[in-house]
Amino acid sequence: MRRLAAVLALLALAPRAGAAADDAAGRRPGAEMVRLPAGTYRPLYGRPGDAPTAVAAFRLDRDAATRGEFLAFVRERPEWRRGAVRPLFADRRGYLADWAGDLDAGDATDRRRPVTGVSWFAAKAYCAWRGKRLPTVHEWEYAAAASATRRDAGREPWFVQDLLTRYTTRPRPLPALPAGAGNLYGVRGLHGLAWEWTADFNSVLVSDDSRGVGARDHDLFCASAAVGATDPGNYPAFLRYALRAGLTGRAAVETLGVRCAA
Amino acid sequence: MPTAAPRPVSLPPLAAAAALAAGAILASATLTGCSIGSAEAAERAEGAVPRLRPTPADAIVGEERAVLTAAPNVPPPITRAHATKVIVELETTEEVKRLADGVSYTFWTFGGEVPGKFIRVREGDQVEFHLKNHAHSTVPHNIDLHAVTGPGGGAAATLTLPGGESVFTFAAMNPGLYVYHCAVSPVPMHIANGMYGMILVEPKGGLPKVDREFYVMQSEFYAKPGAAAGAPHTLDMERGAAEQPTHVVFNGSVGALTGDRALQAKVGERVRLFVGNGGPNLVSSFHVIGEVFDHVYGEGGTMVTQKNVQTTLIPAGGSGIVEFGVEKPGTLVLVDHSIFRAFNKGALAMLNVTGEDAPRVYAQNKGLPMAAH
Ligand SMILES: [Cu+2]
Repeated sequence: MRRLAAVLALLALAPRAGAAADDAAGRRPGAEMVRLPAGTYRPLYGRPGDAPTAVAAFRLDRDAATRGEFLAFVRERPEWRRGAVRPLFADRRGYLADWAGDLDAGDATDRRRPVTGVSWFAAKAYCAWRGKRLPTVHEWEYAAAASATRRDAGREPWFVQDLLTRYTTRPRPLPALPAGAGNLYGVRGLHGLAWEWTADFNSVLVSDDSRGVGARDHDLFCASAAVGATDPGNYPAFLRYALRAGLTGRAAVETLGVRCAA
Repeated sequence: MPTAAPRPVSLPPLAAAAALAAGAILASATLTGCSIGSAEAAERAEGAVPRLRPTPADAIVGEERAVLTAAPNVPPPITRAHATKVIVELETTEEVKRLADGVSYTFWTFGGEVPGKFIRVREGDQVEFHLKNHAHSTVPHNIDLHAVTGPGGGAAATLTLPGGESVFTFAAMNPGLYVYHCAVSPVPMHIANGMYGMILVEPKGGLPKVDREFYVMQSEFYAKPGAAAGAPHTLDMERGAAEQPTHVVFNGSVGALTGDRALQAKVGERVRLFVGNGGPNLVSSFHVIGEVFDHVYGEGGTMVTQKNVQTTLIPAGGSGIVEFGVEKPGTLVLVDHSIFRAFNKGALAMLNVTGEDAPRVYAQNKGLPMAAH
């Protein structure tokens, strides 16, 4: 009964445009990629007056990786199973902690939920196994700056507010994919499901490159976080960067998953 | 698809990051407002104000686990006459609770409560602070205790991922009543969502004995209704930036200290309120209707700075200690005397005083009597 209620609640919460078509076609949500055109965006940290950062064209998974997809990966790569992974590469307290066993990712619905509790090393290995890679911070932020209608919606108050609300009211457990409305590029669920790994998640700490206004880890506590930021009002971006600042390669967090790029 | 077993060899460049960060912290000490710089040169200048030089020189004897309390309760006074090692354990959580009737809010908390659990240690104690972040949290949290001398007041050492734990130690050098809060970026959001509380560093000789001690903390919320009916409210960015709260409250919700939950005291008792203000924006004009503060320890310091005070200012991120005797039965009303906040937004609490009437203190002699409380 509780499960039914939870599923109904999720159905109500998650916009599901396109879901039926995908299911009918038998495609796994994470198998599909969308192409993002080359462009520019303004990163959270930089100097006012800096030229926007250029991002080359790339492809990004339409949906985050699911537990089922990650299960297929650990079936083929036993060294990434929960009981076998090397502690150097994944914090075992959090690694796939919501699975019932090494090869038990739950029932059919559970297996369509985003996989979380994966380390950076595991996420990287997973994407490589798929013949893909992790997106860079710039690529991820570039994709995430788009609303349903605009490429750079990061300074629109309604968009900022919408992301803040999504970030603070995530459904638990996360819904089965596909979920979340697609943005302008058709990428789904970038906001409000799990956080997602990036290849260079800690680059924010070394972004100084002698300009003297890069973000450093101290900027992510105290009010000084706003110093060096291009837009002090972009709270959703601050939340993402603060999370990245706290991560290490072996961290395995229940609210952090993976989506691959190519 | 590659078939070779994955060999994750490319380590994130953390070592380089740490080295850069260390330099950056020094360089930016003046910007953060979170560090204490050396002011010795200035002090030696003519006419300089003498400074206290608290030291953690006391011998640490034994070890104990701090008992933390949820507001309005305060841990008992510390009776030991020596410094000790105190272990404090606090967990950050994110949970939906009542903000006002018909309004639930997704709070971020220290210890599951807003305001966060009250911590009481003694001047000279060595505090070993364990900060846990619940695995269900969506974001990292940390803690900046204003009682701490050191980078970020602890924040630099306690950035804690969901499911993680950080430990740091500090010497409780300066006695007084201090606010603590989360200081993860964006700081205003963490504070606006409820991440503040108080720590009392009790002076070596203790505070004068009173009959009742209470923990009262003001703060304000900028609540935006959820999209669906009945969905929890979340932070309203625009209202926050404009400093236009929807709710101004004592102890985390409208009515947290009224009705059945009102504070209680008896005629003839002496009451001490540890009053804090978590902000994030407003300064409180703290006043108790029907009472005069016999003593005010201004800004939460250790001296009685004023006697016979009507209204005392509690800054955002600051505190005050007030003491008074209750001489007459009835209900005393705690308010922020910036009075629209009390009347319209919730900044109102009650202290019920029971006991024998004292007509010489107060009596109505003519006119329409007010309804009994
Ligand atoms: Cu926090």
